[in-house]
Amino acid sequence: MNKLSQEKAPILEALEEFKKMRLVPFDVPGHKRGRGNKELTEFLGERCLTVDVNSMKQLDNLCHPVGAIKEAEELAAEAFGAKAAFFIVNGTTAAVQAMILTACKRGDKIILPRNVHRSVINAMILCGAVPVYINPQMNEELGIALGMKLSDVQKAIEENPDAKAVLVNNPTYYGICSNLKAITELAHANNMLALVDEAHGTHFYFGENMPISAMAAGADMSSVSMHKSGGSLTQSSFLLCGKNVNSQYVRQIVNLTQTTSGSYLLLSSLDISRRNLSLHGKEIFRYVVEMVEYARHEINQIGDYYAYSRELINGDSVFDFDITKLSVNTFETGLAGIEVYDLLRDEYDIQIEFGDLGNILAYVSVGDNYKNIERLISALSEIRRLYKKDKTGMLRHEYIPPKVKFGPQDGFYGEKEQVALDASDGRICSEFVMCYPPGIPILAPGEEITAEIIEYIKYAKEKGCFLTGPEDMAVNKINVLKGGC
Amino acid sequence: MDLWYSEAHTKSVKFAIKVNKQLFSAQSEFQRIDIFESEEFGRFLTLDGFMMLTEKDEFIYHEMIVHVPMAVHPNVKKVLVIGAGDGGAIRELTRYKTIESIDFVEIDEMVVDVCKKYLPQTACAFGDERVHSYFQDGLKFIRKHEDEYDLIIVDSTDPFGPGEGLFTKEFYGNCYKALKKDGIMVNQHESPFYEEDAIAMKRAHKRIVESFAISRVYQAHIPTYPSGHWLFGFASKKYHPVRDLNAEKWNALGLKTRYYNTNLHRGAFCLPNYVQEMLHDVE
Repeated sequence: MNKLSQEKAPILEALEEFKKMRLVPFDVPGHKRGRGNKELTEFLGERCLTVDVNSMKQLDNLCHPVGAIKEAEELAAEAFGAKAAFFIVNGTTAAVQAMILTACKRGDKIILPRNVHRSVINAMILCGAVPVYINPQMNEELGIALGMKLSDVQKAIEENPDAKAVLVNNPTYYGICSNLKAITELAHANNMLALVDEAHGTHFYFGENMPISAMAAGADMSSVSMHKSGGSLTQSSFLLCGKNVNSQYVRQIVNLTQTTSGSYLLLSSLDISRRNLSLHGKEIFRYVVEMVEYARHEINQIGDYYAYSRELINGDSVFDFDITKLSVNTFETGLAGIEVYDLLRDEYDIQIEFGDLGNILAYVSVGDNYKNIERLISALSEIRRLYKKDKTGMLRHEYIPPKVKFGPQDGFYGEKEQVALDASDGRICSEFVMCYPPGIPILAPGEEITAEIIEYIKYAKEKGCFLTGPEDMAVNKINVLKGGC
Repeated sequence: MDLWYSEAHTKSVKFAIKVNKQLFSAQSEFQRIDIFESEEFGRFLTLDGFMMLTEKDEFIYHEMIVHVPMAVHPNVKKVLVIGAGDGGAIRELTRYKTIESIDFVEIDEMVVDVCKKYLPQTACAFGDERVHSYFQDGLKFIRKHEDEYDLIIVDSTDPFGPGEGLFTKEFYGNCYKALKKDGIMVNQHESPFYEEDAIAMKRAHKRIVESFAISRVYQAHIPTYPSGHWLFGFASKKYHPVRDLNAEKWNALGLKTRYYNTNLHRGAFCLPNYVQEMLHDVE
């Protein structure tokens, strides 16, 4: 096999060749290079519509790649230091699903922290895997979940030697990294796969002085949201595989749920972004880090806000910190993170990534500049001057250890009834309840509802959090299993 | 040769000046800077192709942005000027002996250097010992000052490009914080006439009204700006721009001006109905 250069972008090049051929389209999509949908073409642009095309010989096929997509996947694998890489166009959710479905069959156990993204638990509903949750450590002062302690993973493995895999969030939304290498080694020593939800860690593969990436740590599979810090289009991601997994089997798993009409807009965006990061990643993330470090320093000068960083590192539950994340604790201003998030948008025309009860996260990327960073810092300074209030009565804790009574699949598909949220204490929840973003469940199917959880949901609603999951979208009622515990 | 500078005032309206020659052109870190020489307007400065000032009509803008607040506030000692790399506002300010200090903040040092060389008519007072220059983002500078200035003059470019941050609520709020308890802020306030300018004008007004107890708008006629009808904002914690005008005191200073006088001061705050309505909509 000829070694391909990272300067190549096979899908992009195939699309450019394809455009020159001027084929007469008697295939889908029916808009026929946009000609059949003038309004859409005007809105998105002709250049965009002309490459919204179907799989064909010269463009390869995502389900069974033998040409341009195969080459692009090989280049991606090389760029990420993986044995194999898959282009994913159904969101990182699909990549996460593929990891779980590859590792587990019905009834198989998987060890994971409870603060996983909903897509992980969704995958367990689909395949019937059973979670063994590790309670993440909490930073009480900040009200954020940390990584997994090595000793907790060790204990879970000893108690569940039949588990098939250990899943790690690395980094968390807030930038917290676990001891990925040691956890991976521990999993391997016990014949378990090490899976990593690396949705927020694309830059670990390309920047300098970053926390260790999943592939570098020897993990078996990783889901990487290229569209987050990598610059590709929304919904496009990479699924990476290490040497211990059979990548042909993984492709079969991916094909169980992924579309057979993979979007070439998404595929080319992955290809172009991979090339860009391979060639320019170091300087790109150097610039991002420089901006974030500046913003962090300035925000910490304002007073009351705490933009945290590497000082949180404790060698275990915070093994490393992703300094590209601009996470800011708002507790001392007397304002919930979600309140600051709303004020920034409504009063200052600034949209940040999310706010939870005590923190906000501003996503900073290569697309930012110092002018906008100054606006963010100044707006935070103004919010403190104008809206600061007494902090008594603020809820600090975000993490409530779940009481798992049934696996997610049994919890979700069991016979259910709807009850008022206030009357649900002690019942088994049969749906998700989560604040979005970050999309980490407060309740998952099969878990017992407690008075503490009800109070938390009501507080989050009152503060303006966007609660999702339940059939009753206002979350006044909740679906529970018939019969109780 | 038929050489013309032209600027699109809207998608379908163009303004043009016949140019004798181009004296300077360069791209700074922030914007493209050009100086032209013309028969009708003398030398003029454009940033990213937009007209900033001409030798012929700059007196209108600079007199109106400086003398209006100076005739209202009884005791201006410390002034902050943001933007205004051409030096025109500084020139007018330095005519007041009672001003003790002028902090001047401009993001683009190249604008100042170019104006010193090609537009000495405006850039003539940077050497005054009361003037302290800071070349940085105005939004960043102001954030670190509190209860310090009697007067802040925001002489910004348009609300896109490098001047964007100077049209935001966080900026006006920080100006409020940086002013003393009887401080005044005056700002370049765009035009009410063409739709896009009017949107920026209303947006700026809304943001200022949210930050200051007193917020009024006044007008001037500036031939080389889009539509020629230009507005300024007068925002204050204490003084009303007309009721607190001390005409006698200002006239006693004996400053010679070509556009501004204390009668015009009162008149400038009387706005056309359509402008009043626009302002009222966002108040």
